[in-house]
Amino acid sequence: MDWLNQGVQGILLGGHFALFAVGLALVFGTMRLVNLAHGDLTIVPAYVALLMINAIHFSPFYSIPITMAIMFVVGYLLQRGLLNRVVQSGDVVGVILTFGISIVIQNALLLGFTADNERLKAGTIDSLSIRINENLAIGWLPLIIFLVALVVIIGLQLFLNRTKMGRAFRAVSDDQEAARLMGINTKHIWAMAMGVALVIVAIGGVMRGIRTTFDPSFGSLSLIYAFEAVIIGGMGSGWGTLLGGIILGLSQTLGARAFGPPWSILTGHVVFLIILALRPQGLLAKTVTS
Amino acid sequence: MKAATSATASGDRQFSVHVASRVNQVVLGVGIIIVVFFILFPFFGGTPMTRRLVDFLSLLALSQLWNLMLGYAGLISVGQQGYIGMGAYTLWLFADVLHVHPFVGVIFAAFVGAIIALPSAALVFKLKGGYLAIGTWVLAEVLKTVVANIKQTGGGSGVTVVAARDMEVSVRIQGTYWWALGATLIAIVVTYLLLRSRTGLALKAIRDNDLAAESCGVNLWRTRLYTFVIAGAGCALVGAISAIHVLFVQPAAAFNINWTAYLVFITVIGGVGTIEGPIIGTIIYFVLRETTAKYGEWYFIVLGLLAIVVTVWSPRGIYGYIAQKTNFYVFPLQRKLRIVGRTAASQEIAAEGGEVAG
Repeated sequence: MDWLNQGVQGILLGGHFALFAVGLALVFGTMRLVNLAHGDLTIVPAYVALLMINAIHFSPFYSIPITMAIMFVVGYLLQRGLLNRVVQSGDVVGVILTFGISIVIQNALLLGFTADNERLKAGTIDSLSIRINENLAIGWLPLIIFLVALVVIIGLQLFLNRTKMGRAFRAVSDDQEAARLMGINTKHIWAMAMGVALVIVAIGGVMRGIRTTFDPSFGSLSLIYAFEAVIIGGMGSGWGTLLGGIILGLSQTLGARAFGPPWSILTGHVVFLIILALRPQGLLAKTVTS
Repeated sequence: MKAATSATASGDRQFSVHVASRVNQVVLGVGIIIVVFFILFPFFGGTPMTRRLVDFLSLLALSQLWNLMLGYAGLISVGQQGYIGMGAYTLWLFADVLHVHPFVGVIFAAFVGAIIALPSAALVFKLKGGYLAIGTWVLAEVLKTVVANIKQTGGGSGVTVVAARDMEVSVRIQGTYWWALGATLIAIVVTYLLLRSRTGLALKAIRDNDLAAESCGVNLWRTRLYTFVIAGAGCALVGAISAIHVLFVQPAAAFNINWTAYLVFITVIGGVGTIEGPIIGTIIYFVLRETTAKYGEWYFIVLGLLAIVVTVWSPRGIYGYIAQKTNFYVFPLQRKLRIVGRTAASQEIAAEGGEVAG
């Protein structure tokens, strides 16, 4: 069953999309900022890992924790130094600012690394797979990425619901004025939210670098996939984001099977547009966000 | 730019509402001279400079349209490259397949842009604020993917606009130039007249506070739709002009996000929400391009950083800053209240600097 195989691959791919989408949703949830640079920020960790691997020749998997730490600092400083200034200026200003950042990052990467394809070589893992039967094989790497996405989403839910910092995140999201009156440093919380978002992006970004080739132009599509997953699933719900990612992944792989590989991405877009037309609040919308 | 739209006497107060000042009438005279200069330019300016001005005018027209959407309707689109690309391909379709003269094909491209904008608006208007921006980007990607995957339009490698290539060079360059100039003038005049009209007041009300505007009876959805469709048609028209200009249409170039990057940077740096802003922004952009283009990516980085700095520290842009300091507008849209009477009550109002923001 070729279709079954494509379906399984689509679900696994969806986990990867969700990994990118969670960060976008977290930033929007805490500060209503639509980060247009999010896609480009998913490429940065892959290049950070590339630099490390070229310098000290170790497995890309070891570079993940270091890249996570670096991306946390980048996110915290970016938010504290620049983005915090526009959080209260309305969404249009945020879009213009992050669009500017997006173009700057993309061209800085072109300048530093050229437009060539790069890949993080992880040895044999990228070709190993579990063979279920003659038509169905599950690659170890896509499976690991999917499981990581699950762990990240569960972890983020636990963090938001069970920890003191998570409670502050939710308080700032609900009513930042009231949160501030309760003694919460909103500027710090926003910066932490961006830091956490980029930690998640770092995991996804390096993993993608191991799985496929990448170049500086990948940012736009990464942003668009993350956005589609968020809107399909419905804002304000971690599981919705995962569901959105899976629906997008399935649409792409099944679209490739049905209409041929060139139409795979387009099928994903069309499914997104249909859901947007019929159910703009998303499939699992918790709250109506404005 | 007529001054003194009305003079009313009510009791002991006499006042009149003005849009233009006397300086504006001088500016109008200078403006006419500048327009005549631009119209005649191809006869004395030489080919290289005329070609450069086609780029300049195209970007100016696009920026005005983007400014109309953002500065007045609060719509932020980062998907205008979709309309530019479709305009370019429509021109090729009409010129090379249907054998319409390229300079007539431009008009059909504008219609196609408007037709695409209608259903697009219905979809993206379901999204709010920043997410609307990404929605327009998705639609541009959809159009690009469709065009790039159709064999008849040359797929990813694109098509040559043969009808334009076979034209006599001087005719082609002059025709393209006048179309670009026409597009710019239309964009400016339409924006100006639209904003001076009832719809313009509605647009400015939406920009300032969309909820309040809606509760005052402004039809938010329809007003936004008008600007979205006008911008879509205009961008397709400029896309068609660029297809004649460069003779070649390719998905990666015609649907490039860099188009939108130019518009955003030009408008933001010059000043969102003014007609003068994009003019200043386009001039700055061209100075930068002529001086740093050979540094490739650096020039984009500089432009992006400049836009970031302006957004954070001077959100009204360069012209917004000047206008705030001098209260002078080349294209006056504000309605100013001038007190004529000499009673105590009216002088009190005059002392408060009675001005009604339009």
